[in-house]
Amino acid sequence: MAVDTAPATPAGQAPAQRPQGPSRLRLLGTGDGVITFVLVAFLLVAGFTVEGFASSRNTGFLLLDVVVIMLIALPLTLVIVTGEIDLSVASTVGLTSAVMGQLWFSGLPLELIIPICLLLGAFLGAVNGFLVTRLGLPSLAVTIGTLALYRGLAFVVLGDRAVADFPRSWTGWALSSIGTTGIPVVVVPLLVLVVLTGVVLHATPIGRSLYAMGNSEDAARFSGIGVERTKFWLFVVTGAVAALGGIYWTLRYGSARADNAQGLELQVIAAILLGGVSIFGGSGGLVGVIAGALLLGSLRNALQLVNVPSDVLNIVTGVLLIIAVVTPQVAAAVRGRRRPRGRPAAP
Amino acid sequence: MSAAGTKAPSPAPVDQAPEHTGSRGATLVQRLVVVRELGIFAALLLLVLVTVIANPRFLSGQNMRDLLLSASILTVLAAGQTIVIVTRNVDLSVGSVLGLSAYASGTLLANAPGTPVIVVILAGMVVGALCGVLNGAIVAIAKVPSLVVTLGTLYAFRGLDSLWASSSDRLQINAADLPASFKSLGGARLLGIPVLFLIAAAVVLLVGFYLRNYRSGRELYGIGSDPAAARLSGIPVGRRVLVAFAVNGALAGLAGVLYAARFQTLDATAGTGLELNVVAAAVVGGVAIFGGSGSVYGAALGALLLTTIGTSLPQLGLNPFWRDAAVGALILAAIVLDRTLSLRLARRLRGRNLRGS
Repeated sequence: MAVDTAPATPAGQAPAQRPQGPSRLRLLGTGDGVITFVLVAFLLVAGFTVEGFASSRNTGFLLLDVVVIMLIALPLTLVIVTGEIDLSVASTVGLTSAVMGQLWFSGLPLELIIPICLLLGAFLGAVNGFLVTRLGLPSLAVTIGTLALYRGLAFVVLGDRAVADFPRSWTGWALSSIGTTGIPVVVVPLLVLVVLTGVVLHATPIGRSLYAMGNSEDAARFSGIGVERTKFWLFVVTGAVAALGGIYWTLRYGSARADNAQGLELQVIAAILLGGVSIFGGSGGLVGVIAGALLLGSLRNALQLVNVPSDVLNIVTGVLLIIAVVTPQVAAAVRGRRRPRGRPAAP
Repeated sequence: MSAAGTKAPSPAPVDQAPEHTGSRGATLVQRLVVVRELGIFAALLLLVLVTVIANPRFLSGQNMRDLLLSASILTVLAAGQTIVIVTRNVDLSVGSVLGLSAYASGTLLANAPGTPVIVVILAGMVVGALCGVLNGAIVAIAKVPSLVVTLGTLYAFRGLDSLWASSSDRLQINAADLPASFKSLGGARLLGIPVLFLIAAAVVLLVGFYLRNYRSGRELYGIGSDPAAARLSGIPVGRRVLVAFAVNGALAGLAGVLYAARFQTLDATAGTGLELNVVAAAVVGGVAIFGGSGSVYGAALGALLLTTIGTSLPQLGLNPFWRDAAVGALILAAIVLDRTLSLRLARRLRGRNLRGS
């Protein structure tokens, strides 16, 4: 894997910033190709060696587990490409879930609760965006703060109670699959969002401006890009999408709890970095992120099938995250293309 | 107290020697740190005052001792975290390191009850230091952000801990498994003050003395305020960062032993989620999250403040669930305050340099 990833970063970086490059080919950029190759290789090996891995039932389970991670990874990829980070997404999921449970408990219909929750998510994202872009605070520190704040508020709203009497029609839909394929129905709207995000990131001026910001914020500002405004709205969208994830999470498990999705930010960020997105901003592509999320999900799934305890799964996720950030650095050093030394160590 | 502190900077230029602006700037920065810490202290006093008015028994000896006991573990962790944050890094894995060390010392004592307490403490610190060296080596050698590395090891160390607990025959170590000599450490007092708190205070003083008076300690601040300049001026940045992580790991290991002595029921979940409180204590105490400034005394005050909030919320008749939200709000308030103060400081220093030339 270390050998495969070597050409990933440098090759993936250049075409992404060039506006006149062939836009359709960029979607299948070489950087994304490596992780996609690893994914396909893993799926083939696991499909043949792990009993029950390739069954339609298991595919369904695997995808259900990956849906929320992939969903939140979409806007968060854009945030990381601009050189910022949002650690509060999992807490937004938790707070949305808690509010959803409390509103349902007090008798509101789900048709009303869902828009309220989405607005709430957008507002939580706007708080992050305001602190980062208007007050000029580092997004890392801000979102560590809101990670604690939003999770704390979730417990204030719902305490340690759980609301679990959501209507069968809704929770059933969250788990239902397309015909007899085992592929969950939610994959369809998710795919629409994936394509939408991919087009925005790779085929529009907005997408290119995100890479520009991540490479040099000053240069982006001088070339007329509204850096602050773009970043603010990215945080808002991330909040709203995390809220959508919270709504789905609640329906999928049929239970609203304040500690829902605790620690999920690790898996989302691991998927994104594994997909070849640089934590320093300015490079990476969406195809890689999707492949990264699927690789992480299917690896955990395959290990579960061969009865590896869940503790080991956490070790694997943690180690993969570290490998994902260390490999490009080592590869760059090997190729003698070190990044400028003064680069700050934190995003 | 805080009013006097904030007014202090303005008359300063008059009685200072006019020749070198550099050292005057330095005193101004120094004073800012002191003002910042006085602010935390004032907030702490205010909180205690309000709680005492609501519930006079808050100041009782037993309650105070409980408060100091609870604060001591967080204080040790915050002291270690300060060393790391000052270098423009962060260690999110401390909660997991604490868990690993607590379980290790529990296992050691359960298998060899005769082990002297000092050996247990050293063993815990070695476990922690090993974790710290691993974190520091990845950060220093591969030059990747410590945030991501320690987020990874947070899960890896915790997974290791629970794997160890589930594969051994003791999923949970109870008070009955621990020797009396070790358990007495948890409640022991010297002149009425809990021994655990005295240990924490000693750690804070030692770290504070090192950061302030040793060359390598000062270099940590240099690395944090400008890594490139630090490298150019010959500071061995990688080695210093590695040592900072190792010391922080060792202190997290010490905190693990203290945890074992205080709670005496140990499983693989000990210290879960603690990292947020630790970072919060340091940041609230005025340690700048992007390195270069802050003191370990401020971090200790931050730890004391967070612990006091936790114990006083129920006494004020508030939902204890508000505590975590308060931690988050305090982090945000602290970074907003620091930003405002540093902007004002930068303006003042700039104005002064112009006048000097």
